[in-house]
Amino acid sequence: MTIDMFFTILTQPFVIRAVVVGVLVSLCAALLGVVLVLKKYSLIGHGLADVGFASIALALALGVTPMYISLPVVLIASFIIMAVSQKKGVSGDTAIGVAATTSLAIGIMITYLGNGFNADISDYMFGSINAVTTADLIMSIVLSAIVITVYVLFYNRIFIITCDESFAKASGINVSIYRFLISFLTALTIVMGMKMMGSLLISSLIIFPAVTARNFASSFKSLVISSAICSVICFLLGIVLTICFDLPTGAGIVIVNAVAMIGSSIYGKLVKKN
Amino acid sequence: MSILKVKNLSVGYRNLNVLKDISFKVDYGDYFCIVGSNGSGKSTLVKCLLGLIPHNHKGKIEFDVSTQEIAYLPQINTIPREMPATVKEVIMTGLQKSGKRLPFYTKKDAKAYKSTVKMLDIEKLAKKKIGELSGGQLQRVLLARALCRKPKLLILDEPTSGLDEKSTGNLYSLLDKLNQEEKMTIIMITHDLDDVKFCANKVLVLDNEGIFCGNISDWLKIRREGHCHHDH
Repeated sequence: MTIDMFFTILTQPFVIRAVVVGVLVSLCAALLGVVLVLKKYSLIGHGLADVGFASIALALALGVTPMYISLPVVLIASFIIMAVSQKKGVSGDTAIGVAATTSLAIGIMITYLGNGFNADISDYMFGSINAVTTADLIMSIVLSAIVITVYVLFYNRIFIITCDESFAKASGINVSIYRFLISFLTALTIVMGMKMMGSLLISSLIIFPAVTARNFASSFKSLVISSAICSVICFLLGIVLTICFDLPTGAGIVIVNAVAMIGSSIYGKLVKKN
Repeated sequence: MSILKVKNLSVGYRNLNVLKDISFKVDYGDYFCIVGSNGSGKSTLVKCLLGLIPHNHKGKIEFDVSTQEIAYLPQINTIPREMPATVKEVIMTGLQKSGKRLPFYTKKDAKAYKSTVKMLDIEKLAKKKIGELSGGQLQRVLLARALCRKPKLLILDEPTSGLDEKSTGNLYSLLDKLNQEEKMTIIMITHDLDDVKFCANKVLVLDNEGIFCGNISDWLKIRREGHCHHDH
């Protein structure tokens, strides 16, 4: 591919839409990822993405715009997972595992009984930059504005819950509300990014940047900032490389994130040794 | 005047009674120690007072102060060592109160932080990660987190466990100073009453045979005489 061709593709409206949506999703996922990874709750993204896949399969079978069904379904699922995992005797990963596999099975069944696996469902499973519409762009801007605003407004509360839940409880802070808040924001982010990244890959945007940034962050604040920067850089690098080499976008972005994570782990180990 | 009144408190896990029918009161300015053998329910009592184990107790717990005026130093550090948080970030969380939801800390908060770290002589640790601290340093940081909100009541659960002799001595003199000079009420679970017999004024003894609640001098006298009076 020549440089001229590359820039011609990059200035196409569908690519611009995909880049804007991707940057917003990467940013939101990285912010939430810090909390979810530190609280060992990062798989919730994967669970919610599977629920999203089932809801999209249902929407496509019914001929309804997927977002109208996936947004409420994923939000409700996030609350149910959080409520169940707070009960004694049920761990968070069990609740997520049950929700994820059941949803995936329902999604596959609906798809099989409906039109079978077609291009639409494949886009939602593996992601596609061609699939991002202007309506998706507007919705992503609105949802990411909600996620970022709530995150900044409740930053101190989010930190205390992440750092020490017992102390937060003893200070009279309602820990449950903030757990639900994190879950709610994660659900919004998953819905936002599913079309672009694919339901099978979206959770990587939550996990990788936080793990990568953890190797060089000196404080919680620096972890949040560096995770966000790292996520956006990996996304941009991933989308550029996949356009250049005509590769699947979602998978390319995940691989760039994985390489960055391995690099930062090696760096972290070298610094520790010295 | 009492800062805390506990009446007929019973706490149980399933069919097991951890605490049964306990009554006591703590007055303003008291240095109140809770002692007892392992498994006697000392930590359970404190956690129950703080609402950390809800819905499984009977009886009355009445605080004369709000949650915002109570600070707690747990027995075990509940912050994971791998948490990438600095000492300053952790201490500042002590300034978060239940009703206050400001996204940023105020100038008053910054002032409270400065005076607390100065008092505990941990100014130099501000930028260190929590996982890089020694046991003694970590305990002082957690105490700073509890103290920076200027509480009226400080509750400590075996604060010296894992500390060396010097750090233990420093901590006790600080608690004594807070109680004497700042008139802060202290409730402390302790393993060894001998360490605090000159500072504390009241004691609650929990053991399998019953409980004792009263002046520490009375308890030490009973113990010296070798027979135990149990007060229900």
